[in-house]
Amino acid sequence: MTAADRILLGHGSGGKLYRDLVRDVFVEAFANPILERLDDAASLATSGRIAFTTDSHVVQPWRFSGGDIGRLAVAGTVNDLATAAARPLALAAAFIIEEGFFMDDLRAICASMARTAAEAGVAIVTGDTKVVERGAADGIFITTTGVGEIVVDHELGAQSVRDGDAVILSGSIGDHAMAVLAARDEFHFTTTVESDCAPLWGLVEVAVAAARDTAPAAAARATAPASAAALRFLRDPTRGGLTTVLAELAESASLGVEIEERAIPVSAAVRSICDLLGYEPLSLANEGKMVFVVAPEKSDAVVAALRAHALGRHAARIGSITAAHPGRVALRTVLGTRRVLDMPVGELLPRIC
Amino acid sequence: MTSARIPALISELRCEARDGLVYMEVCGTHTMAISRAGLRQLLPAGIKLVSGPGCPVCVTSTADLDRVVALARRPEVTLATFGDLVRVPSSRTTLAAERAAGADVRVVYSPLDAVNLAQAEPEREVVFAGIGFETTAPIVAAAVLEARARGVANFSVLSLHKTMPLPLRALLDLGETPISGFILPGHVSVVTGTACYEFLASEYAVGGVVAGFEPDDVLEALLMLVRQTAPTIEIGYRRAVRAEGNLVAQRLMATVFAPSDADWRGLGVIPGSGLALADEYRESATEERFTIEIEEPIEPKGCACGEVLRGVLDPADCALFGSRCTPADPVGPCMVSSEGSCAARYRYRDVDGVV
Repeated sequence: MTAADRILLGHGSGGKLYRDLVRDVFVEAFANPILERLDDAASLATSGRIAFTTDSHVVQPWRFSGGDIGRLAVAGTVNDLATAAARPLALAAAFIIEEGFFMDDLRAICASMARTAAEAGVAIVTGDTKVVERGAADGIFITTTGVGEIVVDHELGAQSVRDGDAVILSGSIGDHAMAVLAARDEFHFTTTVESDCAPLWGLVEVAVAAARDTAPAAAARATAPASAAALRFLRDPTRGGLTTVLAELAESASLGVEIEERAIPVSAAVRSICDLLGYEPLSLANEGKMVFVVAPEKSDAVVAALRAHALGRHAARIGSITAAHPGRVALRTVLGTRRVLDMPVGELLPRIC
Repeated sequence: MTSARIPALISELRCEARDGLVYMEVCGTHTMAISRAGLRQLLPAGIKLVSGPGCPVCVTSTADLDRVVALARRPEVTLATFGDLVRVPSSRTTLAAERAAGADVRVVYSPLDAVNLAQAEPEREVVFAGIGFETTAPIVAAAVLEARARGVANFSVLSLHKTMPLPLRALLDLGETPISGFILPGHVSVVTGTACYEFLASEYAVGGVVAGFEPDDVLEALLMLVRQTAPTIEIGYRRAVRAEGNLVAQRLMATVFAPSDADWRGLGVIPGSGLALADEYRESATEERFTIEIEEPIEPKGCACGEVLRGVLDPADCALFGSRCTPADPVGPCMVSSEGSCAARYRYRDVDGVV
């Protein structure tokens, strides 16, 4: 093992080591004309409304079944943009690396970021790197920032949600949290569960298309695309899980949410780990799932469109918005009993993303 | 969840249950399972379910919680604990607050992890906060033996362990709550077997059924209780529990621990209901290494956890429930432990109020 195999404090110095690191690792992996200029700021051309978001990633360990911190960092920001129905235009990535981190691991992380960005159809056009002394960080932390172009004309969000709307979930829950937990080996179990970590812009794009008003009158109307106003709200259930998304929605919309436990897809492996360790699947983190609220008449079309997409094969309508019990989420259990779904309290699983 | 048998069990219970039946569960996992499934919504009106002293963190006295905090504050100590204890309020603080202020508090998932921790960090004094009933005590006993076998001298246990049958006698002696029968703990009974409960039937004429943790297990146990013509101790959880229990685990416990007095929240000191390190293993007792001094304990003002743990007060009838006391901002341990009866009721309440 030579010093060249590891990140040194000098790699963050701004001198030659830094320039070599940028050129040989980051530009090499993220190859695109904007980044290759190595300007301090990237210039982008946009039209219309943009969405803008940022997300830090500190997952421990950095590699787990089904993903790694690089894939997570790109997917996390692409998915945050997707919740605004925004097509990703460009990403920035900032790295905080602990002295001594393996160069090959950094290369693997960057290759994973590049692959994930390609899946999402977006480029990483600018970035920054800092190196801190051993012990001042744990391996590697990555912050990504993204800009996206909003593809709908109407306002999305809790304020657009109406009594009677359908709540749709794009697939099974809990996979990411359980994959990271297994990778930590604190509980000494092995599992076939893989993280669902994936960029969801493609999935959201098909949902937006399915939600567009295709009635003959509207279609005959003009060349402008039909309204997608039937799509009311999107949110990716990451930390805090489905429970937190729904509880926040109910609170912000001042409406109630009714969920059928039976309709929520949970894999047998995740369910059995949860039974064993006492976790609630509904409160576990996901990194490749989306919750949609759509007008009831578009519910079937959106579910069908999601199911036709590789990342939405298990999509299902899991419940409805109701004017009853505003601000609260009710879960109808498989036994037919009813209980409230509250936001989880305290540290569930730290450093899950 | 095995729900196929539920409708049949419910209709049989509705046919056969008399009025005025009060069944007590004395296991935190049962408390959670009953609330999570919303079983109270399905039961006939004549059956009332109450929770007893079955949550290990909840029955730990404030003074004992203060001792744990006092240890965590010592600079040379690494306090290893199950996660459930971290947010529980003691007299003046919580372990979470102490950790944020610099105390070395580590959450472990097994006492053996604490032994590993001690071995990896020989300059630290690793103290494991031993809380739990007969379910946990054998694993802690095994960890004590393992530490000795490996020569790990910087590992010790503050044993606040308690055993199950004696508090049931204390409850029945108090006679505050009419109890028609007990839903007996599943995990504890895997270890203890059922002979230790026979006194309930023979001396107090109260029956009991050891139940599993699925909703249909609990309903089946209730049906067995309803059908008892004479008070009997029965096993409903046959796939896991044998009458003689787990002899290996019993032997482990008897080797490493000896009965001691224990201070129960709500019930006070019950002679012989605790487990202290046996003479042969005193070197592994934290009290042998440190003098643990605490200030006068302060009981949380207005908190009725004691009454709740005796089954005298329904969690929802506590004046603080859901207002001053919630899982996010708990006053007493029953609202914060993942097995606490207040936490179970609050977390799984109906949207329109408490069920």
